[in-house]
Amino acid sequence: MRLLEFQAKELFREYGINLLESKSSVNIEEGRKHADELGYPFVIKIQVPVGGRGKAGGIQICSNADEFEIKYPQVKNLTIKGESARAILLEKMADIKKELYVSLFLNRSKRCYTIIASSEGGVEIESVKNQTIREIGMGKVSKELAQEVAQQIGLKGKTAAGFADTLAKLSKLTVEKEAELAEINPLAIMQDGNTVIALDGKFVTDDNSNFRHPELARYQEKSEIEERAEKSGFSLVELDGDIAVVGNGAGLVMSTFDMLSDNGGKPACFLDVGGGATTESVYEALTLISRIKGVKGILVNLYGGIVKTTVVAEAFLKAYDAGLIDMPVYARLKGTESDRAKEMLKGSRTKIFDTVEDAINAAVFNGASRAEEENENGQQ
Amino acid sequence: MQRFLMGQAEQRRRMKTGSNDVKGIFDILKGTPEDADYKNKKVIVQGITGSYGSLHTRNMITYGTNIAAGVTPGKGGQTFDDGIPIYDTMAEAVNATGAEISAVFVPAKFFLNAAKDALEAGIKLLVAIPEHIPIRDTMEVLNLAQQKGATMIGPNTPGVMIPGIIKVGIMPPTPFKPGRIAVLSKSGTLLYEISDALSSAGFGQAITVGIGGDPVNGTRLVDAFEMVKDMPELDGLVVVGEIGGDSEEVLAQRIIDSKFTKPTVGYIAGRAAPKEKRMGHAGAIVMGTYGSAESKISMFNKANVPVAKRPAEVPVLLAGKMESNDNIKSDDSQTRAID
Repeated sequence: MRLLEFQAKELFREYGINLLESKSSVNIEEGRKHADELGYPFVIKIQVPVGGRGKAGGIQICSNADEFEIKYPQVKNLTIKGESARAILLEKMADIKKELYVSLFLNRSKRCYTIIASSEGGVEIESVKNQTIREIGMGKVSKELAQEVAQQIGLKGKTAAGFADTLAKLSKLTVEKEAELAEINPLAIMQDGNTVIALDGKFVTDDNSNFRHPELARYQEKSEIEERAEKSGFSLVELDGDIAVVGNGAGLVMSTFDMLSDNGGKPACFLDVGGGATTESVYEALTLISRIKGVKGILVNLYGGIVKTTVVAEAFLKAYDAGLIDMPVYARLKGTESDRAKEMLKGSRTKIFDTVEDAINAAVFNGASRAEEENENGQQ
Repeated sequence: MQRFLMGQAEQRRRMKTGSNDVKGIFDILKGTPEDADYKNKKVIVQGITGSYGSLHTRNMITYGTNIAAGVTPGKGGQTFDDGIPIYDTMAEAVNATGAEISAVFVPAKFFLNAAKDALEAGIKLLVAIPEHIPIRDTMEVLNLAQQKGATMIGPNTPGVMIPGIIKVGIMPPTPFKPGRIAVLSKSGTLLYEISDALSSAGFGQAITVGIGGDPVNGTRLVDAFEMVKDMPELDGLVVVGEIGGDSEEVLAQRIIDSKFTKPTVGYIAGRAAPKEKRMGHAGAIVMGTYGSAESKISMFNKANVPVAKRPAEVPVLLAGKMESNDNIKSDDSQTRAID
């Protein structure tokens, strides 16, 4: 899971990494209290699980109460890359001399943690110049190694010591919480030249190790639909299009997604029901989709070597009978008994196609001309 | 970001770990005609009594795989389906059967112990089927496998098969036909889908390897490539990748460096996926530009590997590559250029 900035900072604080004083709130009443406690000026930062907040206006300086009253709601109402504010962080301002970059990430092809450090931080990682890269094992960064990295990026004296201390602590946190990525950008050297402070924090953990980390459960953010999906062993990603995409197997659903987008369709969700497909799993998938807003059609792509398509067809019929869905379903079902499945679905709003390309064409075409079709159906 | 993720350090790692010395996958899965058990290699199923393990044990047997034993701690001494002996530990099972292959079907939480048990017992090919294994556990098993000169395929893999000879995993049999194409795939269902399309077009498979959808793979695409690239019965290669990590980029670089000229076609799933969202597989996530489809496709193109836009296009592109290769072969004055 990806932690929000203030959550990452909670962990940083626990591990002794230097931070500025900050407080997170979910409404302006709470925010006003924090404003009084911190005192002006301070920075308002939107808490969303995506990058690019600054560019989108999600980070603003507040010098007085009047500004606060205007900017707090402004920032809170922003949507950044489709994500709305989870919280608002108020943070004291810092007198900064220089911004550094440091991160540890799980290097997937080398199969080890890798340190990236630079004396030129404060920009996105792709633009960070003069990167020092060190592959380490799966263990923690030793004080010696941390010192060495500090020197490699040109730090000296107390600044180098402060940087090394931060890196060692960050690596302890990374290893102990089984993180895939821990990033401090920027890591600021204060005007006094002695202290380094984490101004931002990004922390991504390995979901598969959640069972070993009950202490991180409080950061788990799941919608009701996502929770139900997880219970059924599905993977679900909600998006803002109008055609729900369902299939078995992550690769197959991604592939269907790509082809739908190539044809101008906009996916409303990504739903992988897992390897097999049964009447129950497909019915549950349709139930979840019925709860997602803005879905106008469902595109189903099932590849079953063993799956009987009639079993899947039954789920569609059940869903119509129960009044669960009233929208058209465009399905490509590979498996046995597909002729019988087609027969079963005749006259229903589910159409079965021989190829996924045909199903997609129909879904996209109908999405665009659905209003007319509705009229026609009404006249019949 | 990916430029530092491949190259020299990767080669050093291979030299250090000596992973080139690992027994070849065909030796393990098929053997040589001198072997008494040629084309009938023994497989042990770990977690044979679980619902998943028992279902797929039966499917493997139906396919013709020689399931020699099963392991379920606490159930030693019993038999599975009245014929296959069950042992408490891998040491006992390996001792009794001499098998070198294990298929692991235990729940993710128990994988670490099961895999260690297998490797300590001398298993040379560990096929790790379960999904949701913590990365740290995968790494620990991988380190042990390297020490023991063993290969791990997976986790989160459908398995590995030589069509017509052996299936170790959960693949349905129908998409696959014996032949001369190797298919390497991160995704399970896309492996079925694309193999099906290949089989229908007359391209049977010499071997299919499920890499798995996790961030860290026991056998990466590049490792699987090394396993198959020199096999004599190979006419072509199909690589089914997806967003996340840089496995595809590393493979493309290896294709260039090793001057591999057999017809190769790629497919990359996830072009339209939003950034920073996990698309079903733990490993299928784009962070910044790291793991993006564009990066993979452009590296494949550099390696002269065309990338299909749809699964159905794969056999078409492969046929095209075969034809143009034939043309090159028939003209002695031309040498194949890779830029």
